[in-house]
Amino acid sequence: MVYFAKWKIVLVLVVCLLGVAYSAPNFLPKSITEGLPGWLPSQQVNLGLDLQGGSHLLLEVEVDEVVNQYLEGIAESARATLRTARIRPRALGVADQSVVVTIAKADEVEKARGLLAPIEPGAEVSVDGERITIEPREQMLLERRQSALQQSVEILRRRIDETGTREPTIQRQGDNRILVQVPGLKDPERLKAIIGKTAKLTFQLVDMENSVNEARERGRVPPGSVLLEATEEDRAVGRQDAYLVKRRVLVSGEDLVDAHQSFEQRTNQPVVSFRLNARGAKKFGDVTTKNVGRPFAIILDKKVISAPVIREPIITGSGQISGSFTVQSAQDLALLLRAGALPAPISILEERTVGASLGADSIAAGEIACIVGLIAVIVFMGIAYGKFGVMADVALIFNLLIILAVLSVIQATLTLPGIAGIVLTVGMAVDANVLIFERVREEVRAGRTPISAIDAGYSRALTTIIDANVTTLIAAILLYAFGSGPVRGFAVTLAIGIATSMFTAIMVTRLMVVAWLRRTRPQELPV
Amino acid sequence: MRLLKIVPDDIAIPFMRFRKLFMMISTAAVVLSLAMVFVKGMNFGIDFQGGILVEVRMPQAANLGQMRGQLGSLGLGEVSLQEFGHPSDVLIRIAAQEGDASAQQAAVTAVKDALGTGVDYRRVEFVGPKVSSELLLDGVLAVGMAIMAMLIYIWLRFEWQFGLGAVAALTHDVFLTLGIFSLLGLEFNLSTVAAVLTIAGYSINDTVVVFDRIREDLRKFKTKPIPELLNGSINATLSRTLMTSITTLVALLALFFLGGEVIRDFSFAMIFGVLVGTYSSICVASPLLLYTNVAARARSGGDASEEAAETP
Repeated sequence: MVYFAKWKIVLVLVVCLLGVAYSAPNFLPKSITEGLPGWLPSQQVNLGLDLQGGSHLLLEVEVDEVVNQYLEGIAESARATLRTARIRPRALGVADQSVVVTIAKADEVEKARGLLAPIEPGAEVSVDGERITIEPREQMLLERRQSALQQSVEILRRRIDETGTREPTIQRQGDNRILVQVPGLKDPERLKAIIGKTAKLTFQLVDMENSVNEARERGRVPPGSVLLEATEEDRAVGRQDAYLVKRRVLVSGEDLVDAHQSFEQRTNQPVVSFRLNARGAKKFGDVTTKNVGRPFAIILDKKVISAPVIREPIITGSGQISGSFTVQSAQDLALLLRAGALPAPISILEERTVGASLGADSIAAGEIACIVGLIAVIVFMGIAYGKFGVMADVALIFNLLIILAVLSVIQATLTLPGIAGIVLTVGMAVDANVLIFERVREEVRAGRTPISAIDAGYSRALTTIIDANVTTLIAAILLYAFGSGPVRGFAVTLAIGIATSMFTAIMVTRLMVVAWLRRTRPQELPV
Repeated sequence: MRLLKIVPDDIAIPFMRFRKLFMMISTAAVVLSLAMVFVKGMNFGIDFQGGILVEVRMPQAANLGQMRGQLGSLGLGEVSLQEFGHPSDVLIRIAAQEGDASAQQAAVTAVKDALGTGVDYRRVEFVGPKVSSELLLDGVLAVGMAIMAMLIYIWLRFEWQFGLGAVAALTHDVFLTLGIFSLLGLEFNLSTVAAVLTIAGYSINDTVVVFDRIREDLRKFKTKPIPELLNGSINATLSRTLMTSITTLVALLALFFLGGEVIRDFSFAMIFGVLVGTYSSICVASPLLLYTNVAARARSGGDASEEAAETP
């Protein structure tokens, strides 16, 4: 035990040196680390959102909505097919992941089945009496759900990137969730507004033949029309608060190629200017030519932004959306239209936003607690174990540096509970040394020589140290597996701290103790 | 320099003589804790019951009464206010609102409008009901699985009696921590679960050190009466047990007083856990070995290792 192989000495020294080198950037201001030559370590610890400020949002994509739309689409084609063939369905609708058609006349069932079979390739068509069920395969529904989630991630990324925030994290989680983490945010409310909107834009004609009041008060909405509310801004200022709109969509946001905020020339009001692709431009041209003098509604997520009257045919494919906009809200709408509509609505399941001031306070408090805790432990160990205590203290400082170095190199995220984990490690890291030193004391009392006492102390304490640390490691691993966000940060620092403290307490102090023994050849141990 | 020895070298506290007293105290404490948890309940934070939490820094010292009036009239249901470490810092808790995500956003906006300008929003958290029940389940699972995993590890490394004793001590610590949180009405949230798990780890760590010595002594002193042997082992490791508890406590106290308001409850849980964990590894885990007839197997079968041969 007192013998120390050369390669082990080299290993210990190299690890300590690397610890110092890779933790060093954390003590330098960013301006210096960025100017360092490439071969020098320059990575700093990655601060969690709770320390640098920012928003953590867990979103749920209502993927079932996509499946629903898909089934509605099948139902619509079925209806059209039967209409062409002059077969009357008694009932036709979506029910539990399938489309169910009930044919009125029993002798038409076979014919209807033949017509309906090919409308959705891959769907299973079965007959039960007069009921025909069109059931798409589970795999097809699953693919639609997955692609909706994937598409949502991409669209959210486009939207968030356009707001100019730095380094957002946007990840899929599970079957229908998305985790968004945006550091250093000035206006979290705006972020949420931008994320939460489906941004489905449509142009539809206003139903002028029927009255809004009739539809609203008596619930008599004519077939082919739909009653939609105006935007909150409009309702707040007492403008028209609901519209009766034709169901048919003239042009939708999919045909949009560009949108940006601008000002209306006459009134100087903020508006959103848009440009349509060739297909959209043609459709819009046709419709506006036929409907001069009639209003059309501009609808975003089932709310009517405005319903301007068509003054002249618009054949260029360019136009303006006016409404109760501020410059900011017009910019946001333009951004949403550019990034595209989400395939399904999104809701916020969890939000954690930390302001930059709280984050900075937490870092400062954590640093102070860490330093004070460290000094107190150092002093206490010195008083309790003298020379050996000082050696344990040196090991403790290396331990902290190595933890910091590991965190920097693997770019783990340091959170506030993570800092707590480090402070706790400071207290617990000396445990291994305490175990060893207490054992050495006992062996000395049992009458052993210094060298043999130290030898016995280290070897006997070792199994205990490993057993004791493995159990804490188990707790850390489970914390990581089940924890979320900041708690995971705690698990990471705790686990790293356990590993590094075993190394420093066993190897680093032993190296020092052995070197000291060789140099002084003491007759008595100062423990 | 004379070195500090927190316990004298020749200490011999007859812990085993008081084992009935320890058992009574611990049983009473566990029963009381469970009673507190079931009768008074836990003060769950928004992590586990959903809701909205807003931490604000007012431009000057906050007038809680006035703020309560302003926010209470918004019709947001239960609104609770609490000064948070600083006279101008206030923690606002609002029950989860009926309706979807936009209803929660509307509540936050209403609070912001009511408080006016010049207010620094240091923290806004919202946890929906779906997520909060998942978080609670995950927390319970994590603690449960951690205890199981430690039991298995101890069982593999020692005889089963040790595993049982260690887990009894650890469960004791976890229950007592829950009890004190319920008693003091401290907020129980995700970081408290982290603290509880760490306490579990620490408690086991402490217990393992004592057990290791007991196992060693069982092989060394084959004829010594068990109560006496347990006493010897506990006393031999007492100095280490206390030293480690003290250094850990010193670091945790620094965290408690200086680490900021956000992790104060977390630090408190750990401090309490270290104290209880130290007590339980000495006064609960080891005496339990007496009742499980640990000596018979360990002495007869006892896996022969290098320590076994080293009888003085």
